[in-house]
Amino acid sequence: MSSHDKNSYYLPEPSLWPLIASIALLLLGGGFAMQLNDIASGTYILIAGFIVLAYLLYGWFADVVKESVSGFYNKQVDISFRWSMGWFIFSEVMFFAGFFGALFYIRTFALDWISQSTLVWPDFVGTWPTLGPAATETVEKMAAWGLPAINTAILLISGATLTWAHHGLLKNNRSQLTWGLVLTVALGVLFLFLQAHEYAEAAFGFDSGIYGSLFYMLTGFHGFHVTMGTVMLLIVLFRVLKGHFSADNHFAFEAVAWYWHFVDVVWLILFVFVYWL
Amino acid sequence: MSTTTATHHDDHGHPTGLMRWLASTNHKDIGTLYLWFSFFMFFFAGALALGIRAELFEPGLQFVEPENFNRLTTLHGLIMIFGAVMPAFVGFANWMIPLMIGTSDLAFPRLNNMSFWLMIPAAILLIASIFVPGGAIAGGWTMYPPLSVQNQSMAVDMSILALHILGISSIVGSINIITTILNMRAPGMTMMKMPLFVWTWFITAFLLIASMPVLAGALTMLLTDRNFGTTFFDAAGGGDPVLWQHVFWFFGHPEVYIMILPAFGLISTVIPTFSRKPLFGYASMVYATAAIALLSFIVWAHHMFTTGMPVAGQLFFMYSTMLISIPTGVKVFNWVATMWRGAMTFETPMLFSVAVVFLFTIGGFSGLVCAILPVDIQVQDTYYVVAHFHYVLFSGAVMSIMGAVYYWLPKWTGHMYDETLGKWHFWLTTIAFNVTFFPMHFTGLAGMPRRIPDYSLQFAEFNMISSIGAFALGISQLLFLYVVIKCIKGGQTAGDKPWDGAEGLEWQVPSPAPFHTFETPPTVK
Repeated sequence: MSSHDKNSYYLPEPSLWPLIASIALLLLGGGFAMQLNDIASGTYILIAGFIVLAYLLYGWFADVVKESVSGFYNKQVDISFRWSMGWFIFSEVMFFAGFFGALFYIRTFALDWISQSTLVWPDFVGTWPTLGPAATETVEKMAAWGLPAINTAILLISGATLTWAHHGLLKNNRSQLTWGLVLTVALGVLFLFLQAHEYAEAAFGFDSGIYGSLFYMLTGFHGFHVTMGTVMLLIVLFRVLKGHFSADNHFAFEAVAWYWHFVDVVWLILFVFVYWL
Repeated sequence: MSTTTATHHDDHGHPTGLMRWLASTNHKDIGTLYLWFSFFMFFFAGALALGIRAELFEPGLQFVEPENFNRLTTLHGLIMIFGAVMPAFVGFANWMIPLMIGTSDLAFPRLNNMSFWLMIPAAILLIASIFVPGGAIAGGWTMYPPLSVQNQSMAVDMSILALHILGISSIVGSINIITTILNMRAPGMTMMKMPLFVWTWFITAFLLIASMPVLAGALTMLLTDRNFGTTFFDAAGGGDPVLWQHVFWFFGHPEVYIMILPAFGLISTVIPTFSRKPLFGYASMVYATAAIALLSFIVWAHHMFTTGMPVAGQLFFMYSTMLISIPTGVKVFNWVATMWRGAMTFETPMLFSVAVVFLFTIGGFSGLVCAILPVDIQVQDTYYVVAHFHYVLFSGAVMSIMGAVYYWLPKWTGHMYDETLGKWHFWLTTIAFNVTFFPMHFTGLAGMPRRIPDYSLQFAEFNMISSIGAFALGISQLLFLYVVIKCIKGGQTAGDKPWDGAEGLEWQVPSPAPFHTFETPPTVK
């Protein structure tokens, strides 16, 4: 029996990718720490880290794609992929939950307590949004029913176009699949463009007190996830154009779709609690 | 249980030399790497602890500057938790879970190796941070702001990034383990037939996936507060330093169960073997483990009773904390009931496990004492807390790891360890541990604060006793290292099942376990 037997669970040969991942993370972590502390070579180490990371992602995923199209993955491997992607998205949910928890804690408790304390800042009234008791200016909240509402519509439509693409895949309608993906990627890029525009026009920055901190941390990480999702969708699109995926074997497509819907849901919560309320 | 014997295939995959370890996709080799990494870090962080105890041997400042004392306590905590205890459990998970559920490997062998190799850059960053200008991180392993924001040393950024990398490693590793348990069990191995160690790891993996990302969020906020002008933890900007404590302990309390649930699984494996009886109350053990895990998410603020939270909050967290003693009590009862009227023998693994039941329970009770709100206000940040968490983490987690190492060394190496030396190691460890940490209950209740390099004269005798115990404890571990190496090098040949009372699929493969096992899954009745 060999490990490439299609009836048995696929066990990969020894691989150096994990070690390369560890080198990438050492360069990224070390370089970033140096760059933060104004050590000149930090930037170069950081760039080297990104190059190794890109090489790693390209090479490792290329190996996995090759194994997949060669038919090494049986049904049980497919179930493993599904479980693991589900748990990965759960970990992402908890990552955002930490920041949302910070938002709720600050708005519900901390600002009240600072307002009630009469010792240091007796005149401070903690109304949302705020730059904090030590600030001299005030800040206007980012209006919900302008660009953010349009962005909400864009992401919701992109979820629909992705599902349309999925239906195309299931019906073996390759042009519906391709165009659905193209539309989804385009909507993703449009969302990111509008988000960048909103950042550029904003009257406050990351360092503008607790409002700026929370606003950019939450929307920034969401935007980062949309960027990753768009890149993943692009890769799926390229694979579709190369003729990959069939109606009964397309886990990569589904995983990216799950991820995209997750990013969509995070945006809806963001829209309600960061922009609207 | 019936099974087909595992067979060894020479036609694929027994790489040799350095590549065997660097590029491994084998759960046993990766498990070995994890265990050795953990062993090394255990000695490293233990040496830091001896620095602490040397300074506290007598009142006054002898050996280390106060700032360096803080660095010792901080790094001792961080490295013991993230470098010694957690990797040891992952090492056991790697080695034993596939053998216990009858599968050939973890679900994703390459990701498994990545989880291990990500520990190395994290360790390098953390240890290198000792030597940067400004010195190592000194604000305690809990890294509370404003201290951790105001400390300008690059070491704090390096430590934050090291913890980020360890978080990636833990999340990837946990997803791998949880997927393996859900999807790779041998035919007939239903969830409720799994060995309890597998169950505890299943729940631990859930805790890791749920809590590690929250730590990542907290660390990110700390990093941006330090470097990008955000004010999450700065009241002047509308933030709150206590926010850090909430987010950190939302991770931190599940984290302490991450370090004890697999230990429960280990002793639940060892005690039935040497009592020659099945585990008493298997199903209740499973439910108790799940209950502890779920409760761990609603008790975090008991670490923060003195921060000035509203009384309703204090009461909620006090009562929810006390609730945890119910499922934990179920477990202790079950271990004792397993031993009741068993044909018990006391080989080294059993000695460690019985000691864990006894000593961990002491730590559990002192935990209950700390949970009582008015008492906690007295003992917060005293040596009473230090005594409490060393009773749960050393005599709970670490000693169960030691017992389990003795238990499975014959399976790993094919040799029996030296029983006499093993027993010596056990008694030296147990006695030295109690000499070290039991007096801390007294000094703590009398008000000696933790994380301070000097103390009032009335604490001198107890501290001297603690320090003598600590050095005895540290030196005893060299004996452990010797016994392990001696067992690897040789010794009496171990059969497939060296313990006559042992149950489980891992005893149906030869000792030492061949490179590939269960490539054809066994059938479990």
